[in-house]
Amino acid sequence: MKDNIIELINVTRRFDDNGFIAVNDLNLDIARGEFVTLLGPSGCGKTTTLRMIAGFDLPTSGQILLDGKDITDIPPNLRPINTVFQRYALFPHMNIYDNIAFGLKLKKLPEEEMRRKVSHVLEMVDLEGFEKRRVSTLSGGQQQRIAIARALVNEPEILLLDEPLGALDLKMRKEMQIELKAMHDQLGITFIYVTHDQEEALTMSDKIVVMSEGKIQQTGVPEDIYNEPANAFVADFIGESNIFKGIMTGKLKVRFCGGEFECVDDVDEGTLVDVVVRPEDVILTAPEEGTVSGTVTSVIFKGIHYEITVESGKNEMVIQSTKASKVGDEVGMKLDPDGIHIIIAEDNTTRFEAEIVDGHTLDYNGKTINCDLSKVIPGCSVRDGELTDQSGNKVDTSAMKILISIEPGDIEMSDDVEAGITSGRIINLIYKGDHYSYVVRTGHGHDLVVDDEYLWNMDDQVGLIMPEDKMRFAVKK
Amino acid sequence: MKMTFSRKSLGIPYGIFLFLFVVAPLVVIVYYAFTNGSGQFTFENLTGFFKDPNTMGTLVYSLFLAFVTTCICLLLAYPVAYVLAMGKLKLRSVLMMLFIMPMWINFTLRITALKEILTLLEGNLAFYPFLNSVIGMTYDFLPFMILPIYTTLSKMDLSLIEAAQDLGADRKQTFTRVILPLSMPGVISGISMVFLPAMTNYVVLDMLYNSTYIMGSLIGSYFSAYNWHGGSMISLILLALICIFTLLSSDRQEETRGGNNL
Repeated sequence: MKDNIIELINVTRRFDDNGFIAVNDLNLDIARGEFVTLLGPSGCGKTTTLRMIAGFDLPTSGQILLDGKDITDIPPNLRPINTVFQRYALFPHMNIYDNIAFGLKLKKLPEEEMRRKVSHVLEMVDLEGFEKRRVSTLSGGQQQRIAIARALVNEPEILLLDEPLGALDLKMRKEMQIELKAMHDQLGITFIYVTHDQEEALTMSDKIVVMSEGKIQQTGVPEDIYNEPANAFVADFIGESNIFKGIMTGKLKVRFCGGEFECVDDVDEGTLVDVVVRPEDVILTAPEEGTVSGTVTSVIFKGIHYEITVESGKNEMVIQSTKASKVGDEVGMKLDPDGIHIIIAEDNTTRFEAEIVDGHTLDYNGKTINCDLSKVIPGCSVRDGELTDQSGNKVDTSAMKILISIEPGDIEMSDDVEAGITSGRIINLIYKGDHYSYVVRTGHGHDLVVDDEYLWNMDDQVGLIMPEDKMRFAVKK
Repeated sequence: MKMTFSRKSLGIPYGIFLFLFVVAPLVVIVYYAFTNGSGQFTFENLTGFFKDPNTMGTLVYSLFLAFVTTCICLLLAYPVAYVLAMGKLKLRSVLMMLFIMPMWINFTLRITALKEILTLLEGNLAFYPFLNSVIGMTYDFLPFMILPIYTTLSKMDLSLIEAAQDLGADRKQTFTRVILPLSMPGVISGISMVFLPAMTNYVVLDMLYNSTYIMGSLIGSYFSAYNWHGGSMISLILLALICIFTLLSSDRQEETRGGNNL
């Protein structure tokens, strides 16, 4: 059995004031001594998760275990956990010594021991002799080191770091990444690190937890997260990637982008899949030698490589290559089988329930949907708007609801929020080669997936038009 | 060049004001304070102030009245400001308004109303002159204590409080070791906004029939008796006291001021 120091069991955090669910039924085990990174875009729930582990935030439901013991309701000052805050949170009215010794003084340690411990941690963060300095005389990088020292001096079992490097410049950030990693190796305690910076996560972590919309998308070692993303979100968020819709056409064969490629993922023939191709894995060839070919539409010099965009039919492929191309060039593209990563496409069908008004109309939140119920409910017919069974009796529909489902590609978006059956705000978008896949959050808090070939912006308010002929109906009793 | 000229010239009106109504009167006060009736230089006004048991008695009474008023204001204002700033109150702005609103009602009207209430409670205002003065001043000056404390508390970086808890401080320790010291600038500016006016604002005493002199009424009495020299010296001594207090408290503030927290 693995030695877990922290276990989160079905943890949910809902904010009362706006009903926002920051963390949604999260389950997470963290092993002793690991360097774990919670990675995700802002608003994905990573900081809330960290705050619940620290004790600053209480879960709405669920349990947090430390060494197998429930600590869900224990206040932060009684947890053997210390935090390095995003903006350091050093006490401005104390000097460096008093800042670092804050926790030790509360534990009433002897003066001599306190002095020794403070100078030891100062040595560890390379700031020997800073005891008497005032916080305001320190640079951002130095303040960050003091914040780390102040947490470590208490010898916590777990160190929590909430985007600690976010306010530092790039060079300082890289240095600190290496130092933090070294500190972790030296101390052997558990580090839980929160960041939105995928490179930071890939550099430092033993294990990465990718989060989005309050849920874990994937947990794994950095190599797996990068090479074997579990879904389109992870593939899009970690590194650059081309994501295409495809279909399995045979054993280890997949068709996408107008070509058939060999791959290494064994998925059943006929399965609809998302195909992830990293820009650095695409091999540019002469047009006739490639599996597919296309026209170069843009070339950007990035220092180490060129970023080349090739249009092939309706699809667009971003390629990193050390050799330059010219805009307008015809090129071929080839892929090694292990450069193709297959994700079994998620079922993104939107489903919702509507009330029955009469034989051919349904009601969804005050909007009318036309539907011939005689085709939905077996053995019924519609006469004068009334629903009757075979013997001519009226059918009682009061306990019945109609379940409507519609595919992402069949929903249309409109600028006019009143145009469709419902409306919402775009909260996520992923480019999938020849179209965009949007997540739209409706006013009722439901998320639904819409595919559209045109680019809309994040946070756009859109009306969602669902053509009745594209809807599928089923009875729900 | 043109730009700098026009910018500087914007300060000219205030410069004139400053000279006419701040610098010039101060010079006149200093002149009167150190001269006698025949216009000769003298320290007599100064020594007279400290020798006269009446003036010293007034000073002590004023200091004591101001001290008690300030303490009560502080004891009332801090919890209110704390709850307003730290609590998750939906009606925060409404509550804040309730505490500030008395400032918008005419001072005379407020004290007159208070007078009626106190008369109703005590029968005769003359029974408790000191208590009535303290109540009147507290009523008058409370918002000036609440506001600065509220402002420093509500601007406080919440992660500092979380950091204290994170490092093992319970609620009481978090308050005494982090919140209270960090709110000192607000407390000090609240004190200076209550203590100094409370020493001199004799209108409250007058209206509540407290016939004891405080510093304000003392100065007034000197001037109405045409003793401009003695009156000026008392003003100057008060000014010196205020200066000393301000310097001391700004030193404190320098120490507690929030550091470079980005």
